[in-house]
Amino acid sequence: MRGNNWTNVLINIGLILLSLVCIIPFWLVLMVSISGQNALAKYGYSFWPKEFDLVAYKFLIHDAEPIIRSFGVSIAVTVIGTVASLAITSALAFSLSRQDFPYRGALSLFVLVTMLFGGGLLPWYLVYTKLLHLQDTMMVLIIPGLIGGFNVFIMRTFFTTSIPPSLIDSAQIDGASEYRTYFNIILPLSLPVLATIGLFVIVNYWNDWFTSLVFIKTDTLYNLQYFLYNTLMNAQYLQSVADKAHIDVSTMQTQPLEELRMAMAIIAVVPVALVFPFLQKYFVKGLTIGAVKG
Amino acid sequence: MEAVRQSAAKARPTPRPRSQNPLRKLWKFRALIILALPGLVLLLINNYLPMFGVFLAFKDFNYAKGIIGSKWNGFDNFHFLFATSDMWHVIAHTIVYNLAFLIINTVLSVLLALLLNEVKNRFLSKFYQSTMLLPHFISMVVVAYLVYGFLNPELGFINKSILEPAGKEGISWYMSPQYWPYILTLVNIWKSVGFGSVIYLATIVGIDREYYEAAMLDGASKWKQMTKITLPFLTPVIIILTLLAIGRIFSADFGLFYQVTMNAGMLKSTTDVIDTYVYNALLVTGDTNLASAAGLMQAVVGFILIVSVNMIVKRVSSDKALF
Repeated sequence: MRGNNWTNVLINIGLILLSLVCIIPFWLVLMVSISGQNALAKYGYSFWPKEFDLVAYKFLIHDAEPIIRSFGVSIAVTVIGTVASLAITSALAFSLSRQDFPYRGALSLFVLVTMLFGGGLLPWYLVYTKLLHLQDTMMVLIIPGLIGGFNVFIMRTFFTTSIPPSLIDSAQIDGASEYRTYFNIILPLSLPVLATIGLFVIVNYWNDWFTSLVFIKTDTLYNLQYFLYNTLMNAQYLQSVADKAHIDVSTMQTQPLEELRMAMAIIAVVPVALVFPFLQKYFVKGLTIGAVKG
Repeated sequence: MEAVRQSAAKARPTPRPRSQNPLRKLWKFRALIILALPGLVLLLINNYLPMFGVFLAFKDFNYAKGIIGSKWNGFDNFHFLFATSDMWHVIAHTIVYNLAFLIINTVLSVLLALLLNEVKNRFLSKFYQSTMLLPHFISMVVVAYLVYGFLNPELGFINKSILEPAGKEGISWYMSPQYWPYILTLVNIWKSVGFGSVIYLATIVGIDREYYEAAMLDGASKWKQMTKITLPFLTPVIIILTLLAIGRIFSADFGLFYQVTMNAGMLKSTTDVIDTYVYNALLVTGDTNLASAAGLMQAVVGFILIVSVNMIVKRVSSDKALF
């Protein structure tokens, strides 16, 4: 046992270093966002800025309107999308989990096929633009993320393994309808799996930029990630955003564009970093829920 | 509430003998069908309708004429697709990157899981897991910012704080394709190893403690316990995750290759993969014929790979098979 103490110390040092490697890029971006402009121009990005300045965050607070609006779009899409997705996914999973439901095999296959084969980008694009005419709407940011075969099967596995069929039977003998069984028995017993899938869906909506990249042209509908994407890829766009902020810029030689850019990345990370530690245990639990079977 | 109760009474499955009439059966299970319906309709719109579009790959597609109106042109699109060397490069990139990611990630994830398992302090263990999982939950756009923080040619950390103080010339990272295989591999490791290790750790934690107690009684060293107990338990999980990754080897992580490289044209010679190729053909150069042919090829090969991998998984351990 004496030798083990040594190994333990070494292991912990190694893991602390690895944890640092995971965090350090965020630290760099955070430090750039609070750097003073002149030092930044002279010394570049560094882990400990030569001078501190919160001007970028003042920019963000001081009605930098496009940023606040993109934040709003992201929050609205994430909240509406997650609630709707959990309702739709769990309802479908509930039906598929019922042993006495004669169509469960066929419908499971219907869900499974979507996980194996896709039509590709162009047909998908055409369905939403030419058929449904949803381009440039908030709906198109929500609909594609509402359901995924993988989530349906995780939930179905949870329902079949964790909720005894006799419970459902006895509720229905007592006169509960399928809807009541689903609302009053299944959902309250399924909070762990709802939290797990909820975390997946929240992160998926919050981090989504691809749907906007493909469908969104109007800049009032940019979500936070797509907004960030534009300000990183397109210097003129960043400039136009900075110009719209009504802060008194007369005292500055130039606008703090680099700091502003990095400050926006930080405010995109903060919500995830705050929410995730609380949901982490459900996340790990979700990974171990078991085999996903069709 | 009264309405709910009334429909409740109606929807209750009747104890009548099973009727052979399919319409009767539909009516009997209408409540479950109604619950399933929204999800099924969404899958129909989002996944099945696009599948009917696969025949676009055999058409000379024209937005003005639409899907139906466009002319058929047989296998011409595929002919053009493989006529240049582009497509072969793109396929090779996709496979080589995915293989490299798979091997490196698996080895590092397992190693990390073994290390994490040795941490007995619960607070520390949770802390390590949280920090190492964080990259997994960050969008690729933000990852692109983080990478840009290091690689920005004028102000980036590497050029300004490492290369220039060392008396070396700064590198125009976004114009130097030769570095990107390493950069992208590093970024991928950074983003996914923590996640992988948590999956393996979950398996390790599930191993019965008695095996270790018996081994310790017999005087087995830590190393012996790791190689003779832990690793054999992990092997089936490793095999299955590897097979599943091979099933997806034909599709690349679009975000990684598109965002992190900032879609820089100069980097394409080492970073263009099937997914970025299709995207650029479709929405940048507007070459819908090539895009749909490449997309269909990718979907078909992916389908064949997944189905065959699933057959293999079934042989290895039938309860882990996907379907």
